[in-house]
Amino acid sequence: MKKYTITALVANKSGVLTRVSGLFARRGFNIESLCVCATENENLSRMTIVLDGDDATLAQLTKQLDKLIDVKKITLANEHDSIYRELLLVKVSAPAEKRSELIEIKDVYKAKIVDLSPETLILEITGEPNKLDGFIQVIEPYGILEMARTGLTALSRGDQCLNDLVDYNEMI
Amino acid sequence: MKLSGADILVRCLKEQGVDTLFGYPGGTVLDIYDAIYRDGTLRHILTAHEQGAAHAADGYARATGRTGVVIATSGPGATNLVTGIATAYMDSSPLVAITGNVTVANLGRDSFQEVDIAGITMPVTKHNYIVKDIRELAPTIREAFYIANAGRKGPVLVDIPKNIQTELCEYEEKKAERHAPRRVEESALEAVRAALAKAKRPLIIAGGGCIGSGASENLLRFAKILLAPVSATLMGLGAYPASDEQFLGLIGMHGTDASAKAFRRADAVIACGMRFSDRVAGDRVKFRAGKTVIQFDIDAAEIDKNVPVDIAVMADIDEILKALLPTLKQADRKDWLKETAAYKEYEAANFDSSLPTYKILSALRSFTDADTPVVTDVGQHQMWAAQYCRIERPRRFISSGGLGTMGFGLGAAIGACAGTGRQTVLVTGDGCFHMNLNELCTAVSQKLPLVILLMDNNALGMVRQWQTLFYGKRYSQTTLDRRTDYVRLAEAFGAKGMTIAGEADILPVLKAAFAEPGPVLVDCKIGIDDKVLPMIAPGKSFDEIMTKLQ
Repeated sequence: MKKYTITALVANKSGVLTRVSGLFARRGFNIESLCVCATENENLSRMTIVLDGDDATLAQLTKQLDKLIDVKKITLANEHDSIYRELLLVKVSAPAEKRSELIEIKDVYKAKIVDLSPETLILEITGEPNKLDGFIQVIEPYGILEMARTGLTALSRGDQCLNDLVDYNEMI
Repeated sequence: MKLSGADILVRCLKEQGVDTLFGYPGGTVLDIYDAIYRDGTLRHILTAHEQGAAHAADGYARATGRTGVVIATSGPGATNLVTGIATAYMDSSPLVAITGNVTVANLGRDSFQEVDIAGITMPVTKHNYIVKDIRELAPTIREAFYIANAGRKGPVLVDIPKNIQTELCEYEEKKAERHAPRRVEESALEAVRAALAKAKRPLIIAGGGCIGSGASENLLRFAKILLAPVSATLMGLGAYPASDEQFLGLIGMHGTDASAKAFRRADAVIACGMRFSDRVAGDRVKFRAGKTVIQFDIDAAEIDKNVPVDIAVMADIDEILKALLPTLKQADRKDWLKETAAYKEYEAANFDSSLPTYKILSALRSFTDADTPVVTDVGQHQMWAAQYCRIERPRRFISSGGLGTMGFGLGAAIGACAGTGRQTVLVTGDGCFHMNLNELCTAVSQKLPLVILLMDNNALGMVRQWQTLFYGKRYSQTTLDRRTDYVRLAEAFGAKGMTIAGEADILPVLKAAFAEPGPVLVDCKIGIDDKVLPMIAPGKSFDEIMTKLQ
């Protein structure tokens, strides 16, 4: 199994997420994460989809997705030519005697403390998923109480923009 | 000019050239029906049940090539459409379904007869809409028709809340926008030409896409230039004339032995608008062994979906053939055609013509012509019709292929008959007929010249056949212990009823049936253990075709 990152511009309308997630469910695509966000154009949202699968599954997923009327543009993020980011918030057990160790780790990973209570702190970190995985591994022994990852989002480098691609539905 | 939403809907339907509607009124479509009444120019066919209306609109679309339109009220009216919409979706039939819904203010409150029909039909429509703003109504209706017909055709649903139907909005007439068929990129054809030139034994498989694209004439030319035999999938029947010597008949689970043999021997397969369904391809891995598979399809997602192909061209079939034909040289494959002709002769010589259904369906030819629509339900009778009714022209064999919807037939036949204005034949079974026989009243009230041949074996024949072959003859729930008197049933509905009880009845009864101006139901008594052969068991390869029962 390989991992693929697909980015898509979709209509910013109610029901679009249902159409996309429903398609994944009924065609049996195995999705690791799906991240939806606003874009520079208020009529469009951007979806970043991480797929677990093989090349044939990837081809089917992109083609089936492209057939949805509300999916406007779609592309496979190129591993070497894209910026990938994910944000993690993690609430970790931090009694006074452990706190300084956690602060050291946080500095190494360039994470931020965004909340502090007598027994816990919340750390925020942004980066590529493997950096987040590494960070989680290191702080796990201190006791992770709760965490939230946003899922991956990506942009391609250079002057190429997703919006410049053709819409399959306009080609037919 | 300011018009109500309901009036705008009627105007938009007329913009699209719609003149026939199928449907059933109800609380949330009262305004639409009032607008239809006031307009007075649209033919509305009232069915007994919304499912029948959906199948009728689908049958209308398949027989005429125009968009079928069905209207239903919210809640149960809308959910009753679902099977019909899914049937159209699986067979790429252009359909626009219009449903009413509760007012926008009442949406999401579990109001009376409220259902999320857009949510329900998401997986079985090309696209669907809930119109929540009157200004969106006209553009949405136009887009719905456009999408239903663009590229690979299919159903689109528009859900219109009741307040949108009564609100007023500025309306300006617009001409219907026709999509331009997807053109072929010249570079894509080079590989096709090379593969065709190299092929010694090419086989063309025609699918439903050839009919959707209107490619029949060029398909015939293509076969004549290649000198290649042609097989058809169930959805492709009629795309190529059955009487042509190069035609081998149906291919797949109940395809001809000649098709199976030609397929085994072929070194190249040209799949034209067919999607390698499991009912055609069987063993998907063995399917392509030792062959160059060339696929022409308008839907990119069909390429490599079920069977990986060597060369694919994604465009409208007719456009592909138009671009390809002038560049092909007349091939010389007389030996290959001789070989496939010999397969046909062998099959004909060994054919068991004792089946009553065969006798009835072959006698049918004396009473019908190449333009008679033949509609079927689903099961044994469907396969027999596909095998024995020689379909010469596109849009004249109408059957639920992908979804295999029992109960499709009567509604679809009503739509096909109303759409073509021709005497229409429905071949059905006693299982299927019982599912939606209520539509007999529709055929009667519309005075439709419909000849219904009901293959009566007192069983769910196709399921029974599988029980015979694969379940040790344990006939669980497939023997119909029913006492329905079809002749009296037909008469109770105001139709004519007749019976074919034996061979001697066939000609006189058919003659009388086809002389009737209105609907006739012919109860054709056939054997409970009659089987559909040949058969390739599910998931098996073409080598494993059964031509006789073991």
